[in-house]
Amino acid sequence: MNNADIGLLGVAASGLLIAVAVGVSIWRQLGLEATIAWAALRALAQLLVVGVALQFVVDDDDPLVYAFIWLAVMHFFAAYTTYRRARQQRMVFALALLAYLASSTVTLGVLFGFGVYEPTGRTIVPLAGIVIGNSLAATVLVTNRLFAAANERRIDIEGRLALGLNAADAFRPTLRDALRTALIPQVETTKAVGIIALPGAMVGLILAGADPQDAVRVQVSVMYLVLGSVATTTAVMSLGLARQLFTPAQQLKRFD
Amino acid sequence: MAADSTKSAGSGHPYPAAFELTSVSVGTANQPILRDINVSTPVEGILAVAGPSGAGKSTFLRLLNRLDDPVAGTVKLAGLDLRDWDPATLRRHVAMVFQRAPVFAGTVLDNLRVADPQVTDDRARHVLDHVALPTELLDRPADRLSGGEAQRMSIARALLTAPEILLADEPTAALDGDARRAVEDLGREIADGGVPIVWITHDTYQLRRLADHVLLLADGELLAFGRLDELDEHPDPLVRSLVGADKPTPTDGAPL
Repeated sequence: MNNADIGLLGVAASGLLIAVAVGVSIWRQLGLEATIAWAALRALAQLLVVGVALQFVVDDDDPLVYAFIWLAVMHFFAAYTTYRRARQQRMVFALALLAYLASSTVTLGVLFGFGVYEPTGRTIVPLAGIVIGNSLAATVLVTNRLFAAANERRIDIEGRLALGLNAADAFRPTLRDALRTALIPQVETTKAVGIIALPGAMVGLILAGADPQDAVRVQVSVMYLVLGSVATTTAVMSLGLARQLFTPAQQLKRFD
Repeated sequence: MAADSTKSAGSGHPYPAAFELTSVSVGTANQPILRDINVSTPVEGILAVAGPSGAGKSTFLRLLNRLDDPVAGTVKLAGLDLRDWDPATLRRHVAMVFQRAPVFAGTVLDNLRVADPQVTDDRARHVLDHVALPTELLDRPADRLSGGEAQRMSIARALLTAPEILLADEPTAALDGDARRAVEDLGREIADGGVPIVWITHDTYQLRRLADHVLLLADGELLAFGRLDELDEHPDPLVRSLVGADKPTPTDGAPL
């Protein structure tokens, strides 16, 4: 296990790589020095805090309720981040919260229900983190795509409404394209895994001294978890949002 | 009642469907699009809607199949408030074609199926024939049609919903000479066949070729409404100029 036991000095040494990034920014006049330094410091601070906080949930004698509080905070912040990065409309926050909840319920329900992992603080919090962290980008993407589509594909959608289709039918092709766009990158990543990228969970386990074959089995379950959760979140988000884009009189709203 | 009496449309006695607008306004106080429109329009033959660009012509038309709602006032069709119609039913009753025909993915037949999923090959060939498109086009990808062909396909698609009234939002604005005349001739044929058309045009010559009645909008307000020959004698020189009273009326497309 000692391979991964790096001290603060080790962390500081890896920080030299940040200096490289800052150096590139200065050399090529990217104007990103401050941003890079701030991002690096912020990540360090956040993770140090998380490291301390995780102590309260991963030990076997920690009450499970701490893990659930952690989950609640995580869901809330994910929904808030989605709201901030996508359209700042109240319904986006509510729908995103619902989408992440649905996703973690379904995916963790399968993993724990079939006994893939024991439901303890040590598994619940990191797995939920993977579900939400990996769904975030796709959820923001599908949200922005749908709002954009409501404008860009107005001709197609209203053409269908004008033929007497209801909103769900008129929007179906647009919704389909947006969902495909959100899911395809994740499917591609899943295909390429192991060949062009060694995924994080596996790398972490191997660095920490675990047997590579054990690490692979964990990684596979994580990959499937990610794919399942991205699909669930984007589906819930887009179906919910699709309803909000239309009035009860089956009119496509305008978002400027 | 309206539906029953319109069934006789084919026999040459079209029900004089009437749109009745009472105190209709669209837009905000600062940016009004239509202001306090009061008009009752018997829809027979072709009703041309004209006026300078920005007058609110498209907005006016979109009220008639409820793609938009007025912020104030009521729109009635055959005595019934449009808000009391089921929107999908209304839009099959009052069909619409657009300036740029929406071309849906797939073949021409796929496009027709959006309007009528159960359309038979015979019926599909029949409607293509009606709009003077060769029936071989049925299996052609719709995005390979020319602008004029696409517009005629969209008219065929609209006719498949068996509308009682057709709304046309500058259907020839994107077309060149021959295609424009073909669509005009088709419009006249459809109107004479018992499906009246509300036709937006910015082309005074086209207005004189097609219009039985004319509704003029200027700056969001109703400027004049009446038969073309009445408006030719209108005291307001702006009205006479908008209907092209000084221009020759062609004999072929003119009303009796």
